[in-house]
This record gives sequence, structure tokens and C-alpha cells, in this order.
Amino acid sequence: MKALPAVLLLLVASSALAHKPSDSYLAISVEGANVAGQWDIALRDLDFAIGLDDSGDGDITWGEVRAHQADIGAYALARLKLRSGDADCPAHATEFLVDDHSDGAYSVMRFAATCPEEVTTLEISYSLFADLDPQHRGLLRLEHGAATRTAIFGPERSTQAFELAKISALTQFLDYGREGVWHIWIGFDHILFLLSLLLPAVLVSEGGRWHAVTRFPPAFWDVFKIVTSFTVAHSITLSLAALGVISLPSRLVESAIATSVVLAALNNVFPVVHGRRWMVAFAFGLIHGFGFASVLKDLGLPQGALLIALVGFNLGVEVGQLAIVSAFLPVAYALRASWFYRRLVFVGGSIAIAAVAGTWLIERAFNMKIISP
Amino acid sequence: MCTFRTFIIGTVTDGLRALAIASFAAGVCAAPYVPKDDTTVLERLPVRPGDPVARELRQLRAELTANPRKRETAVRLAERYFALATSEGDPRYVGYAQAALKPWWDLPAPPLDVLVMRAILKQYSHDFSGAMRDLDTATLEDPKNARAWSWRAAIHMVQADYARAREDCVALQKVESELYAVGCTAYLDGTTGKAAAAHRDLSAAFARNADAPPGVKVWVLTRLAEMSLRQGDSKQAEEYFRAAYFEPINDQFLLAAYADFLLDQGRPDEVIPLLVDWVKSDILLLRLALAEQALKAPKAREHIEALRSRFDAAALRGDKLHQQEEARFNLRLLGNKEKALALAKENWKLQREPRDARILLETALAMKDPAAAQGALDWLERSGHEDPGLRRTAEKLKALKR
Repeated sequence: MKALPAVLLLLVASSALAHKPSDSYLAISVEGANVAGQWDIALRDLDFAIGLDDSGDGDITWGEVRAHQADIGAYALARLKLRSGDADCPAHATEFLVDDHSDGAYSVMRFAATCPEEVTTLEISYSLFADLDPQHRGLLRLEHGAATRTAIFGPERSTQAFELAKISALTQFLDYGREGVWHIWIGFDHILFLLSLLLPAVLVSEGGRWHAVTRFPPAFWDVFKIVTSFTVAHSITLSLAALGVISLPSRLVESAIATSVVLAALNNVFPVVHGRRWMVAFAFGLIHGFGFASVLKDLGLPQGALLIALVGFNLGVEVGQLAIVSAFLPVAYALRASWFYRRLVFVGGSIAIAAVAGTWLIERAFNMKIISP
Repeated sequence: MCTFRTFIIGTVTDGLRALAIASFAAGVCAAPYVPKDDTTVLERLPVRPGDPVARELRQLRAELTANPRKRETAVRLAERYFALATSEGDPRYVGYAQAALKPWWDLPAPPLDVLVMRAILKQYSHDFSGAMRDLDTATLEDPKNARAWSWRAAIHMVQADYARAREDCVALQKVESELYAVGCTAYLDGTTGKAAAAHRDLSAAFARNADAPPGVKVWVLTRLAEMSLRQGDSKQAEEYFRAAYFEPINDQFLLAAYADFLLDQGRPDEVIPLLVDWVKSDILLLRLALAEQALKAPKAREHIEALRSRFDAAALRGDKLHQQEEARFNLRLLGNKEKALALAKENWKLQREPRDARILLETALAMKDPAAAQGALDWLERSGHEDPGLRRTAEKLKALKR
């Protein structure tokens, strides 16, 4: 048998793999008895398995993929078995999208599955394309709580079981705490609001002119009062909103937060409220609490551990706040008498903050895009 | 283009998703989307359905589905898919070929034709010992099996086991026609310090066999070009490369060798038109990106990102077949010398061809670590390999030792 020229093959031995081989990307997250997943499968592979190119022109269009969505879902989900304990967790497709990976276009299928009870061990059987291409691999990313792990499925390892650690209350508490810190850190509107109130803390106003405070304790207590009342206020509304007692439209909340930053910053340049900035902090803190609550809602609140999540997140926000304050106060105190601080940082900074927040206000109130916060 | 990692980060929350995506190179990574309209073309199939190759494949598959144990059909389908894998460089076809042989794949002693085909598919996935076991059985069973002998020679060459490769070439001489038999010996001689003689023998045999099929011609011309380079004759090498390039057949390995030659000659501008249509092939995309970087072309960035995400995907899968290319990518395009050296060392454990030695020597030189390249230095000594570039790099490394 000499179907291929023998010597030609000499060269090929070492030069395998010029292309990326066939992989699918399977992301699964488990919460309680619910499983949510996203499965990216190459269109080329799906075409080979079930035929997508109806027009026969060698191009796969979105129309062709859309026409085969039900086939894709049925074909793929028949080759993915999720089991918890001894029970099946039937899955169904919820959404079909497309994504471009480095080697071409993929069908993205989102799916959901429900197990009879809270999942402690998830058994996954994967047999996609096993009969067509034994070189195909399924790359799994499994998320449960804060834990993430990966696994590779192939013909030799088609069924794997994953013990899901019981999420301890402490882990959950710390996770939400971390989210809280993270949110204050990336939430520029909260930082700017706080800074606007803190900037005058190392100064005193006498007869319409600002002077440097002479001693540290008054400045410290001023800051302490502001931060505490801001905290108390936003904790109240955060809890009420998170527990579903009060609910406000997010556009209104976001616009009001922007307004609070504008007013707080302008008050430094054209003082209206003197001395009692802690009351301002409290009043506007109520609004900022609604903002935090919407983040918490996006994260998803675990039923059964609502309180832990709420307290964890709130304390995380406080830790983040304290970090900012303790970085700010010593520096501001040291520079308080300088022209640099009093003109450039205090006045210039306040005007800049008001300008930025003013832009946010317009964006949020009118749903426009000028700059991104 | 989006790697697995980034899409996962993207699912945490909407707010964090925007941040995660923004923090990756803008425009490189996209989130899943719904295309604008039904006529949007998402993917082009590499083999058009109307193509004669596709028709033949469809027919063979239909026959095999009707009767999965019909061995002749299964082996023929596997052959066709393997040919596609080598011309397109797509490992999917190797999987399809393996699937065709499924009823026999795990048998300890399948029929001879399956045995040889199975060996060929195994070596493609770098299962050299599994492939060699099958080839040993095949050559014992049928000492006249030219394919089995030539594949043994091929694997022994990759492992730098030149004594065994020589035995295979001798056995091949008895059962194969002139050009193939001479090709085997000349390939071996050309690698082991007798490039002048190898060039003389192979070009003479080539002249006597002018009717060889284009695929064989490309192979011979590429080898002749390499032999010329080893003798320091780049002008003659270029003539061979050009002649091979104008044969009416696509060959990725020729394109890679030709592109490397142009890059070594400091002519990156000529690489671009050569490879511009080959971005789907990792080994050719690497050469294209190297050329674009040398020219400071705007496309370089995009292609480097594409390569990075392909190597990331291979790492997720646990593949180690890419290491030679990945080492070069890290050394030349990312400037990550340390990782490049680690990859080149790992690669050397599996493959010991001249280009494997080259990347090991170059990464060791970049890290000023001659001990790391000891394997390649010994190989150069033992094989007597002549390539002037490799010898120069080796001398520089040895100078570091002193």
C-alpha cells in the first residue's frame, strides 16, 4: 500500500500542531441547588457534528446558527450530564450568543440546571464530540462561592466528581467584606464625596476666610464625626434597601449621589454650611447607602446568609473608607498651612471635584455618555 | 479575541465585567454578543462543501456510518483526514482519523494497515513510544512495508537516534524506489555533518526522477535548501526555496522554513506577502508576527495578542506540543527570556532536531546560561551538524563558560 509518498512523511513527524486543536470552554457556577453555566463550542465543530451550513456555501452565518439553536442545545446538553448525589440535575439552554476566540467563532450557550437539593458533590459527565474527535477536550471552570477550579475532560476522563466545600460563614463574611472594600476603592463618587467633606477638616473658617487649625485633635474629631455619621447613615439605607424594605429607581439614586458630590465640593468654595458638616455627611450618606445596595444586589445575596453578607459588605466598605481617611488626614494636616494645600488642593481640588461630579450628574440624569467615571 | 480567563472574569458582575475587559488590551477581547443580522458571516469552513475533497470525505463517512467495521473504508478515510491534517495543519483531522479507526484503536494487535495508520496518528500527538511499538510490530510482520520503515526513520530523526535511523534507511532501500531511499539517507547525512555529499546524492537522484509528484518535489527541494544553508550557500538555498514555493501545492513546513530563511537574511518585508493568508496556522502566524515586529508594522500587536491567547488556550488544555514555537514567541516577541529558556529545555526532552537545538542555544545565550544548553552543545558535537549559524551561537555560549 503506497497511498502517500513515504519520504514526504519524514518531515512531518516533528511538526505537529500548527493549529489550535478542538476545545470547548465550559464555565459552571453552583449556588445552593442551582447550577448556571456558559458553554462555548466552536462553530466548526458543531458544523461537523450536526451541519450548520445550510446554504452549502462554506460560510456559516448568524442566520444559520440561529436556525439551529434548538439543535445545538439538544445536541450539546445531551452530552453533558450533571448529577448531585444520586439525582440528575436536568439542564436547559437559556440564551444563545456568539464569541470570537483566538481560532474562530464559537457558539455561546448559557444554561441553567436545578438539582433536587443543595449540591455538595457535583458529578459531571462530558461526552461532547467523543465519537467524532477523540482529540477534543472540554475545559471546565467550576465556581462555587469564592473557590474556582479547573478540569480537563476527554475520552479518558469523561466523568469527574467535584466535592464542593461547604461554604463557611466566615468565608462568606470575608468574601463580602472584600467586595465592600473593592467597591469603595473603585467607587470614585463615594471617594470624592468623602474627600470634599474632609478637605476643610484641617482648616477653620473665620470671618469668611480659611485658616489652618492649630492643633491636631480638633481636626481628628471633625473627621471622626464626619466619617461616623456618613457610615451610620449609609448603613441604615443599605440595610433597608438590601432587605427590600425600601426601593428607589437607580437613575434617581445615581443622580442624587452625583448631586451630593457637587454640593459638598461647592460648599468648600462658597461656604453655606459651616461647622456642621457631619450633618451633611449624614443626610447625603442616606443616599449613598442606596448606591451600595445596588452593588450588593448585583453580587447576588445568598439566601440563608443574608445578614452575614450584609454585615460583611458594610464592614468592608468601612475598612475601605478608613484606609482612605488614614492616608488623607496626616498628609492634609502636614500641608494645611501651605499655599499649595489651601489654594491648589482645597480650592482647586474642590472645583475639579464639582466639575467631574457635575458631568456625572448630567450623564446620569439624562442617560448620556460624556466621560466614564 | 477573548481568552477563557477574561470571559470568566467577565461574568462576576456587570460593573466588574466592564472593568475587567477595560483592563485587558482594548479591542482585543470582546464579550459574547448577538450578531447584528442574520447575514453576518461568523465562520468560513476550511474545506468548502462543494470541493472534491469534501465530497469524497462525505461519501467515505456515509459508507463508514452504514458499516463502521469495514476496515478498508475506515483506513482510507483515516488516510484522507491525515493528509488534510498535514496540509491544513489542523489537529482536528487527526481526531477524525482516530475516530474512523475506533473499532481497532485499543486492540493490542490490529491488522497491519490499521497498525501503521495508528502509529502515524500517535506520533502526531507526540506519543513517540506508542508509535514506535506499533511500527516495530508492523516491520516485523511485514519487512517490506515502506511506510512503516520511513516513519521509523522519521521518529528516530526527531529523537536524534541516528544509528537507528540509519538502519531504517537501509531497510527502506530494499523496498522503496530510488528517490525515497536516497531521500532518507540524504536527510540523515545532511543533518549529521555530511551536507555536501547529501546534497550531491539527493540532487542527482532528483534530476533522474523529474516526474515525482509535487508534494515529493517540495519535500526534496526544501531539504536541498537546508543542505545548501548548512554549506553556507544562501544564494543556492534561495533558489531551491523559490522553486519549491512555485510547486502547485501548499506546504506549511516549506513556508515556515522559507520564512525563517528570509528572517535570518534580514528581509522581513518579503515574509509578509508569503504568509499574510496563513494567520490561522500558529507556526506561520509566529513567523508573520516576527516579520511585522521587525518592520514595526501596526498589525504586529494584534498578531502577538492572538498568539498569546492561543498559547494560553493550549496551556489550559495541558498541551505540550507547542513548546518550541512558544519558546521562540517568548524570546523574540515578549522578551521573556526566562520562560523561553524553560520551554526550550522542556522541548529538548521531547524533540531533538536542528531547530530544537537552535532555540535552546539561543535562549540559553540570551540568559547567559551555557549549562542549560549542554544537551544541544553535546548534540552539536556528536552529530557533527554543520549549520554555520548554530555553530556561531554555540561558540558564543562556550566563550561564556570560560
